[in-house]
Amino acid sequence: MSGQSTYVPQNGFMRWLDSRLPLVRFAHDTMITFPTPRNLNFWYAFGAILTFFLGLQIVTGIVLAMHYVPNANMAFDSVENNIMRDVNYGWLLRYMHANGASMFFLAVYVHMFRGLYYGSYKAPREILWILGVIIYVLMIATAFMGYVLPWGQMSFWAATVITNLFSSLDQIVPHLGSTIATWLWGDFAVGDATLNRFFSLHYLLPFVIAAVVGLHIWALHVPGNNNPLGIDVKGPQDSLPFHPYYTAKDAFYVGLFAIVFAGLVFFAPDLVGNPDNYIPANPLVTPADIVPEWYLLPFYAMLRSIPQKLIGVIVLAGAMFTLAFIPWLDTSRVRSCRFRPLMKQFFWLFVIDCIVLGYCGAQSVDAVRFGIPLVMVARVGTAYYYAFFWVLMPVLGLLETPKPLPDSISKPVLGAAK
Amino acid sequence: MRFALLAGLALGLSLSVPAAAATGDQAPLKEVHWSFEGPFGTYNRTDLQHGFQVYKEVCAACHSLNRVAFHTLSQAGGPGFTAAQMKAIAAGYKIPAEPNDKGETVDDKGNPLTRPGSPADYFPGPFANEQAARAANGGSLPPDLSLIVKQRAGGARYVYSLITGFGEKPPADFKVADGKYFNPYFLTWNISMPQPLVDGQVTFVDGAPNKIADEAYAVVTFLAWTSEPHLEERHQIGLGVMIFLIVLSGLLYLTYRRVWKDAH
Repeated sequence: MSGQSTYVPQNGFMRWLDSRLPLVRFAHDTMITFPTPRNLNFWYAFGAILTFFLGLQIVTGIVLAMHYVPNANMAFDSVENNIMRDVNYGWLLRYMHANGASMFFLAVYVHMFRGLYYGSYKAPREILWILGVIIYVLMIATAFMGYVLPWGQMSFWAATVITNLFSSLDQIVPHLGSTIATWLWGDFAVGDATLNRFFSLHYLLPFVIAAVVGLHIWALHVPGNNNPLGIDVKGPQDSLPFHPYYTAKDAFYVGLFAIVFAGLVFFAPDLVGNPDNYIPANPLVTPADIVPEWYLLPFYAMLRSIPQKLIGVIVLAGAMFTLAFIPWLDTSRVRSCRFRPLMKQFFWLFVIDCIVLGYCGAQSVDAVRFGIPLVMVARVGTAYYYAFFWVLMPVLGLLETPKPLPDSISKPVLGAAK
Repeated sequence: MRFALLAGLALGLSLSVPAAAATGDQAPLKEVHWSFEGPFGTYNRTDLQHGFQVYKEVCAACHSLNRVAFHTLSQAGGPGFTAAQMKAIAAGYKIPAEPNDKGETVDDKGNPLTRPGSPADYFPGPFANEQAARAANGGSLPPDLSLIVKQRAGGARYVYSLITGFGEKPPADFKVADGKYFNPYFLTWNISMPQPLVDGQVTFVDGAPNKIADEAYAVVTFLAWTSEPHLEERHQIGLGVMIFLIVLSGLLYLTYRRVWKDAH
């Protein structure tokens, strides 16, 4: 926490409380007076948006769990007969929860790209970034298990495909992978036991996420926010108290994001859903195309682009774990891409790469566009994904001549007025 | 900010493509417009009631509707039957009875006991079990129709195109399999269902036109309702929520500008 506490207890009880459990002082220092760089832009509102959606997912999820039945014979009916038809506003809770997950991922991707662009992972914020990567991986696990719960065709087959990835380990140690898969299933195939444990973990993990979010915010509050200029706060003239400046700004952007969210929930609740998931799970009928939710498509494209299963799994897992190493892969002394003319271009190419990979993941394996098989596009995309982090980040930092950095946040351009 | 919204939308749209792309050689769906489309869409009560009649007289011979309870027929946003009409419809169905006072579930001749349906009951299916359904349909299982509109890419337009898509001549190089029928809107073109509707098949109680197109339009509207029975409520609440959020965001914007007035 930069700066000393300025909290003054207002009365006898607050003084008594403050000397025993300084909870109010803590809230005051972290949520009110916390010095925040004065130049944070729109892209910095996504932390607040994410907090909002985590809360919304937990609240809607707890109520849904009151009506949901984690049993392979009853799960689909409990969703489609009870929650969607009979439970008062059950349809609303369900659509909010399902679309809330999509909005949560949309927000987290913007948040991550923002961190990449402004170099928010660089010293002294490495731990902050790694905690973020942990939250992201936990989110993927939670979303995946949540997608299984309605027990529709996509639920069942997604669970089958993903848990079967572990069986590729058989190629390293015979039976190791299939033993792990059987252990995960609690049976010899995806079934009732799998559904039960996925429900249990789907209920547990959001609270683990909330705890890691607590650490993430703690790790944010030690060095303080990075900012679009990527330079340190040099004095009080560079910062503003979090409240009311950023509470007001974040609240407005949360409002805007909520409008988009409500548009989905009320007017296009199945836009990002798959029609097959309205068909009850049937282990005897495999859907023509098994497709994950949109937010996992880039990884799915990577997995499918590799002809060898084990290597595909390694590439998939490696793509996620790579993120944790970024703080040490980037050799540049300059944080923000605003002052990194080369990196800026490769960054946007990376954003396009992720979208192209997502597109490839959504199409059938043998799809061809403009005469090019998409599996080849996905291979190039995967190569660029890895090259961006493992080649461009270390090399560009050494080769690139950054633009001159401004002296301070309050004087972004030398001599110019703030 | 606007860029972010657009980017988000573009992402959402580009990702909603797979369902449509997976249909391969299917004929392009027929252009039909529905009263329940769009943000203010509602179901047309007459279509819903006609559609119910088509389901009852035609589809129900093979297809179950087992997620729909009788009481929902008089529920707000539904076909708009009166409570008395709904009870009469329910009572017209025979439901397997619970054990009687002596614990019997079959009568003297060994037939299962039945009782008239009540509002809390669900539509009984035409077959006792899946095997019976397959045996009666050349090995194929007629799908339950409760969620059919949401289960198929293309939704209502797909179901409409399919049930009005019979009778076309297959291409010369395409062979219709034995016991199957040609339908270019069906994924494999070989469908087990024979043409379900013909002109004048259902005589609507109010004497409304009953060409294939009218019958199909009505029954698809009815099935859209069984798939999404709370659509009208959703649209209505959604409108209120949007107005609220837009006003709220406007006020939050003014607050934000006010707070930041002397910070820039």
